[in-house]
Parts: sequence; structure tokens; C-alpha cells
Amino acid sequence: MDVILQNFLNLKILGEAAPYLWSGFKMTLLLCMVVVPLGVAGGLAVALASTLKSKWLRWPVVAYVDFFRAFPPLVLLIFIAFGLPFLGLDLPAFAAVALAFLLNTSSYYGEIFRAGIESIPRQQFEAARSTGLNAAQTLAWVIVPQATRNVIPDLISNTLEVAKLTSIASVVALPELLYAARQGQALTYNATPIIAAGIIYVACLWPLVRLLSRFEHRQIALH
Amino acid sequence: MQIAKLVDTFFDVQVMLQYLPKIVEGFFLTIQLALAVVFAGIACGLALALLRVARVKAVNFFIVLFADVLRALPPLVLIFIFYFALPPAGIRMSGFVATWLALALGLAAFAEEIFWAALLAVPKGQWEAARSTGLDFVKALRYVVLPQAVRITVPPLTNRTIAVTKGTALGAAVAVGEILYQAQSAYTFSYNPSTLTLGAIAYLVLFVPVVWFGRWVETRFAWKR
Repeated sequence: MDVILQNFLNLKILGEAAPYLWSGFKMTLLLCMVVVPLGVAGGLAVALASTLKSKWLRWPVVAYVDFFRAFPPLVLLIFIAFGLPFLGLDLPAFAAVALAFLLNTSSYYGEIFRAGIESIPRQQFEAARSTGLNAAQTLAWVIVPQATRNVIPDLISNTLEVAKLTSIASVVALPELLYAARQGQALTYNATPIIAAGIIYVACLWPLVRLLSRFEHRQIALH
Repeated sequence: MQIAKLVDTFFDVQVMLQYLPKIVEGFFLTIQLALAVVFAGIACGLALALLRVARVKAVNFFIVLFADVLRALPPLVLIFIFYFALPPAGIRMSGFVATWLALALGLAAFAEEIFWAALLAVPKGQWEAARSTGLDFVKALRYVVLPQAVRITVPPLTNRTIAVTKGTALGAAVAVGEILYQAQSAYTFSYNPSTLTLGAIAYLVLFVPVVWFGRWVETRFAWKR
């Protein structure tokens, strides 16, 4: 028991590592606040593009979505962080992470919004048009709001995954929570900072998991 | 001119051929790791869901706790805990085992929730009818309820499994010699991004069919209303 406390829940070490963890936590929060809205906006754009009638516009969108869904996000991030400088595009770590997340998450959010839009009956579109709204207004005021409501559980689920995924930014030395925890561990030769980071992630994301669990049971029970 | 430079930088055939054997090696290790994760994760998730059917309060509390914590914890954090945090406590494991365990536990948590929700979705009448024909609890579960439940789980479970198997790339952070690790070390040796392109191609070869398979499963097993 003593060994466990000494190595995993050492309060003295935790005190030393706290400033690192705090600044890492703030970076993770900032990262989430940037990449989630970017991904949602990108996903909505992707979904709207995939509803287009023209085959020549729709096909590239499907290819985009499948391409980035097949790519492990970490691979994409490494490619952007290490490969792009060879094009003369030396992005700072934060921008590289944001770009990788935009490409990856917009394809996931895009698939979710597409399913939502497809769940709206055609008549909604026709009725809206017949009241004098143009196509863009119909999408903005009639279709997208209903579509979004239909896929809220999937949107939450994906957002949870995105929040968890921000931890991969540590691999390209962006000082977010996990990176800070690794640094704290290296400085103190003690595992407490990593355990603390794990506890922080769980504490912050647990409410989302609970919420999701409730949605899932309701959804599956309906079928 | 620009295009020629681009091709030279990212598609240097000579460099690619030189490192191809390494990437192929990583390719097969990725497949091994992914299969090990999928089997262990789904088996463990199904076992937990079945255990939960017995409705023992104390047991169920721990199953829910397990599922919640593992769904909230980023897999990379779990890999780091296994790989960097446990050795001081005398528990040592290779990067491969740490990655396998972290991903399999994560998949088990999701699979447990999916199986459990599906088991609940099978109407009570099915249980009662099965029991009334003389089947005992276990047989009713095995021959009547479970087959119906499993069918509902196929689309969500397939999607989740695909997402988790892509997590095998996280193993690169703890020196598991899978595709990304091989590509990165080839890049370090050659300082040529073509090695990264080669790694990316290997992932596409592996996962594009898997993503297509996922799409097919989604339409094939779509819930009929």
C-alpha cells in the first residue's frame, strides 16, 4: 500500500507537478475549444456538399471523407508536422494539430450530419421551398436544425472522442495535459503526474460518458 | 517544376524501395496487434455484458465503473500509464503488450455497453417464451436472446472496432514496431519525407477496405423500422 501511495499518489510530487499540469490542462482546454468548432463547421460543410445533385462535386467529397476516415489521426498529425516543412510550410505545433484535427474530425462530423440530413423527409424541403424560402434558407432554417436534433447523441459521442484525441498532440511536443504529465514524470522520476492526468481526463469527461450512455439506451430501445 | 519538386520530395521511389521491407514488417505487426485487440476486446466486452445479465448489484457496479472510466480515458494516457507508470510498482510490460492491453480494455468498455444495450432491447416476451418451452436461463440466453441481440450490435460495434484498430498507431509512441514507428524511424535515418508517404500508403491499403466494409455493414444490417 505504501509503495503504491509513494509511486502513484504522492502528494508531495503532485504539488511539484501541479503548475505543469495546470498549464497543460489549460492548453488541452484551448485545443478543444479550437478543434471542436472547427471540426463541426467543417463537417457541416462536408455534409452539405455531399447532398449536392452534381456527381462531379459529390464524388470528391465522398473520397475526402473515406480518405480521412481511413487515416489514423496520429499518422495524419505526424505527416503534417514532419512532412509539410519540406513544402516550405513550417507550421507551429498548435497549427499543425489544428489542421490535422480539422481534416480528420470534419470527415467524421460530416458523416454524422449527412445521416441527419438524410433522415429529414423530402417533403420538408419541398414545403419550405413552397413558402418562398430559397435553397440556402431552406437548409439553414428548416433542414439543418432538424437534422442536427436527430443526431445529437452521435455528435456528443464524436465530441467526446475528439476531446480524448487531443492527447495525441503530446507526440508532436505541444504542451497539453498529457505532455505536461510526461514531463512532470521525467522530472520527478515518479508516476504520480501521469496518474493525475488520467484522473483529470476522467473527471472532465465522465459527465459526457454518462449522458451518452443514457442516450444510447434510449436509442437502441426504440428499435 | 513545382510538381516535379513535390514528387521528388514525397515520392522518392529509390528511398521508398529501400525502406519498403521495414514498412511491410510494420504492416504485419499492425495487423497482428489489431486482431489481438479486436478478439480480446470484443470477447471481454461480451463476457462483461453477459455477467451483467445476472444482475448482481455489486458486480454490476464495478462493470459500470470499468466501462465509464475506460470510455472517458484517452487510450494514449492508458498506454503511458501501463508503459511508464507501472514499472516502478514492479509491473513491466513491452510496448506491444501495453498498447494491446490499453486498446483492448477500451474496446471492451465500448463493446460491453453496446452488447448490454442490445440485450436490454430484446423484448421481455422473448425471454418468457423461451423459458416456457423448457429452456433454462443459460440456454434461453444462448439460443434465443443473444442471437437477436448480437444482430443489433453489428453496425455500432463494427464502427467502434474500426476506430479502435486505428489506435494501433499510438503504439509508435512506446516503440512498438508497427507501420507508423517504422515510417518514423525510416524518416529519422533518411531525413526524407517519402518514408512517411510510404507509411501513409500502407495505412490506406489496410484501412480503406476496412472503412468500405464498415459502410457495407451499416447498410446491410440497417435497422428496419
